[in-house]
Amino acid sequence: MYLAVAVRGFRRYASYRAATAAGVFTNTVFGLILVYTYLALWDERPDLGGYDQAQAVTYVWLGQCLFAALALQGGGVEAELMERIRTGEIAVDLYRPADLQLWWLAGDLGRAVFQLLGRGVVPFLVGGLFFPTALPSRFDTWAWFAVALALAAVVSFAIRYLMALSVFWLLDGTGVSQVMMILGAFFSGMVLPLNVFPGGFGDVARALPWAAQLQVPADVLMGETAVAGAFAFQAVWAVVLLAAGRLVQSAATRRVVVQGG
Amino acid sequence: MAERGGVREGLRAYRMIAGMWVRSGMTYRVSFVVTLLGNLVMTGLDFVGILLMFSQVDSLAGWSLPEVAFLYAASVTSFGLAHLAAGSMTQLGSRIRDGSFDVLLVRPVPVLAQVGGDRFSLRRFGRVAQGGVVLGWALVAADVDWTVSKALLVPLMVVSGAAIFMAVFVAGAAFQIYAQDAAEVQNAFTYGGTTMLQYPPAVFGKDLVRGVTFVLPLAFVNWVPAAHVLGRPYPLALPGWAAFASPLVAAGCCALAGLAWRTGLRSYRSVGS
Repeated sequence: MYLAVAVRGFRRYASYRAATAAGVFTNTVFGLILVYTYLALWDERPDLGGYDQAQAVTYVWLGQCLFAALALQGGGVEAELMERIRTGEIAVDLYRPADLQLWWLAGDLGRAVFQLLGRGVVPFLVGGLFFPTALPSRFDTWAWFAVALALAAVVSFAIRYLMALSVFWLLDGTGVSQVMMILGAFFSGMVLPLNVFPGGFGDVARALPWAAQLQVPADVLMGETAVAGAFAFQAVWAVVLLAAGRLVQSAATRRVVVQGG
Repeated sequence: MAERGGVREGLRAYRMIAGMWVRSGMTYRVSFVVTLLGNLVMTGLDFVGILLMFSQVDSLAGWSLPEVAFLYAASVTSFGLAHLAAGSMTQLGSRIRDGSFDVLLVRPVPVLAQVGGDRFSLRRFGRVAQGGVVLGWALVAADVDWTVSKALLVPLMVVSGAAIFMAVFVAGAAFQIYAQDAAEVQNAFTYGGTTMLQYPPAVFGKDLVRGVTFVLPLAFVNWVPAAHVLGRPYPLALPGWAAFASPLVAAGCCALAGLAWRTGLRSYRSVGS
């Protein structure tokens, strides 16, 4: 059943063709701007954050590739979930003979796969064609990268699900979405790779769950980190956040008063 | 004469629509203050990113932190003003898809004024405020050899820059009449444009700089006038008077955007829903 929900999520996003093409264009333009900025930065300080220029470039295009798929600044199924909580339609979901969290997770994973293929691959290829990148040639590195991506998708969902549930108390999702955008842009490393963040601030940023979404997969792909440690970091955050989501969910559903009408 | 009457009527309608949205936004005062602050923080993050970069290097393509901050602030303030006035234009596509755009067409009020004033929100002022603060700091911190013409050029640059970005918003809205689902293409030029202008022109490839100087003349938002104020070489070795050409460029952009908007409107076909 959850597979069917995931397929439905994939199909739904696949129907917005013009929007997908427009997204590809935007991600490519932003990638170009960032690449030039990073090249200037790494010209000034080669080996900044332990990356060489090719790795910095790879990091930029990976960020553009994953931006929509991992909904790094929000914009996944949680937007719809918040709307359903606000309007009360969530009551219908609660009566389904399915687990609420798994239901939405399946839908979000379907969405993520579509946006990775539809929106992410092209900017990544453009980047690889026109700029020197540091992509691995070994098959097993790519396989590890795929695992890291899957874990990243779960962590990403778990963060957004938890935040969306707060609408049960806040009744309006605008503020939460904004907080999610701010934290996501900064601590996932979209603004600047987290390994460039200086000192103790950098240590904190690299320990937060947002690091599991872009920084960790990037380092796995470029062989900058031990694979086992990276997976453990992602898995621990996934479990902790999903469990927290369950707790909040059961507290929230006790609050729901179904009104007739 | 008819033309001037149309503009006046449009501005009046814009003021009324914007005013209505401001009143509606003020209904929930706490929510308004929170989103305003959120906007301030969100737009400020770009600058934190630049500060983080400069915690690792002393200069970027030869520009110091106050100089880059000057570019950043000029770009953000201009963009913020344009976004405050015309940011709603990005949502035109969704209005076309759900059919509510047709309602705007039958009202006896200029359509551009209605689309521009639609969902007008003062919380967008957060970006202008944040840009203004950084601009103030950059003007003090940067090593500028002030003259009267330079001092006059700064406000002229910000206002002209806002007009150029506004033209991009209007042209983008016209494009959305053709491609209804493509609001993101507009984002590439608006948000992408303002992001690009935050960094020195020397960072980017020659062709890219040529493109944003002669094709989509974003360089006149801040790069060219800022080069004069900071005493830096002009991008693409433009002549000296180019620094003062921003108002002309802005007027040209607005005229072209108006033309694009009219052409788009004439070719509009309702989706029928």
